[in-house]
Amino acid sequence: MIISIASGKGGTGKTTIATNLAQVISTEMDTWFLDCDVEAPNAHLFLTPQIDKTQDVSLLIPEVDDSKCDGCGVCDEVCAFNAIVVLGDKAMVFPEICHSCGGCSRCCPKKAISETPVRIGQVEAGRAGDIRFFRGVSDVGVAVVTPVVKAVKNKARLADENTAVLIDAPPGTGCPVVAAVSGSDYCVLVTEPTPFGLNDLKLAVQLVRHMGIDCGVVINRCGLTGSESDVDAYCESEGIPILARIPFDRRYAGCYARGGIWVNEFPELHNAFNALWASITAELAAGGSAQ
Amino acid sequence: MKELLVVSGKGGTGKTTIAAALAVLTQDKVIADCDVDAADLWLVLHPASIRKDAFRGLDKAIVDRNKCIGCGLCFEVCRFDAVGFEGQIAVINRDSCEGCGVCFRCCPQKAIEMKENIAGHVMESQTKYGYMVHAQLGVGEENSGRLVAEVRKRAREAAERLDARCVIIDGPPGIGCPVISAVTGVDMALVVTEPTVAGRHDLERILDLLSHFKVPAVVCVNKSDLDEGRSLEIAQYCASRCVEVVGEIPFDEDVPRTLAQGQALGTGQAAREMRRVADRVHSLMAI
Repeated sequence: MIISIASGKGGTGKTTIATNLAQVISTEMDTWFLDCDVEAPNAHLFLTPQIDKTQDVSLLIPEVDDSKCDGCGVCDEVCAFNAIVVLGDKAMVFPEICHSCGGCSRCCPKKAISETPVRIGQVEAGRAGDIRFFRGVSDVGVAVVTPVVKAVKNKARLADENTAVLIDAPPGTGCPVVAAVSGSDYCVLVTEPTPFGLNDLKLAVQLVRHMGIDCGVVINRCGLTGSESDVDAYCESEGIPILARIPFDRRYAGCYARGGIWVNEFPELHNAFNALWASITAELAAGGSAQ
Repeated sequence: MKELLVVSGKGGTGKTTIAAALAVLTQDKVIADCDVDAADLWLVLHPASIRKDAFRGLDKAIVDRNKCIGCGLCFEVCRFDAVGFEGQIAVINRDSCEGCGVCFRCCPQKAIEMKENIAGHVMESQTKYGYMVHAQLGVGEENSGRLVAEVRKRAREAAERLDARCVIIDGPPGIGCPVISAVTGVDMALVVTEPTVAGRHDLERILDLLSHFKVPAVVCVNKSDLDEGRSLEIAQYCASRCVEVVGEIPFDEDVPRTLAQGQALGTGQAAREMRRVADRVHSLMAI
């Protein structure tokens, strides 16, 4: 079973919820953790895994053989991403914006374009206690990060159905999020009771519904402001279950700041995450919040 | 005319809060919300819409069921796993299609068309604090980088038109496509971080990105008193990279309260420090 943790807004506590959930689940069943926030991967700071394997993620990038290129401009016309242009009588590649569709090399009438793998990031695999751990990291300066997300996601295919696979998704609602969340059996959306949190929760709900994935909400930092009732009202009107409420507490914030795991330090949160896991499994069994 | 980008690497460190404060405290500016995935500045700046235009993303492939003979060539050539089958007929998954057009070019039956795709909207508005350009990317859409570029272009045009001295850009989180689009060519980046292991980790990545694109950076530590030791460590790290820390904003419940009331700048201790950050940034940029 694959459960993704997403949010729309950054910094609501996706990684905190995901790592703590992994910690409590792993005492009961086989648990895999996939950090798919490849631009800002942070879960390893909390789970402190031993990494035993690292794999490069590469994209096939065109390379032009100048002796064969006559500057006809077909590649320039074919490329939807403006990643190859003809200047003077030679084609020139801008690898950092190439999506690796293969169109230019396929269409070049002179067969002047070949493709070579260029590294854009890596996937690490290891173990954090009982948790099998994977994370993707995009290289700095690389714009096209979705293939790194997909490479981490592919690891989920190796898990059997009795394994709980937790996916820590990137913030936002764009293509890296779609790649991270797609194929999940359930999506936990983490929000905070602020106008920003609620606005971005609504966007995230639109996204997961568009993808046909059931979702429930965790409200983090409850009590910090008065707008929790707005989140409640929204969830009620949309028929989305609230799976857990985590109060704001400076001690919790301090624990997070130094990379601690809440459920190891605060018994009340250990109980809260057990209850969260029970809610998720109940939702899964009931077919989620789908009407 | 100069561009100031507020950016962070890690999400939720307080970019939008600080961008909103800068919008209040900076003279003669245009405001650009480039977090096109999850735009939030409007919630505190209350823009009154002047115009709203559709943003056209890359055209996406669609199969004409009457022409498709199910040869499967499109399936073979697609690198984005966007082609599936319903019986013998090829079907394109629009969420996976990146609009490269390779299937369209290869189809021997000419059964694939590239169809216009509205990937979001760009808005221009008036706010109490100045002219604002913002956008909303359609859910699950590609092309966030292009949409960011469009917002920046329009903000610069508005600044020229209105004789503004600068554009304040609220950037997206991360270090990928939309961030690179927001970073390239700006005059200065104000990096908002927080004294947490995650904030520190992502600070390094965003500073690497900024130096890769040769953008001068300054740092501001938000919620600095949540972990003073770590704030100090961040200050030392910045010093080692010759990056100035322009402010340490304490955790202050006045900040979420102010935002919850739909206001851009509060009156508490944090707001006072934000004023100092704004002053320092203005003097560094001569705006």
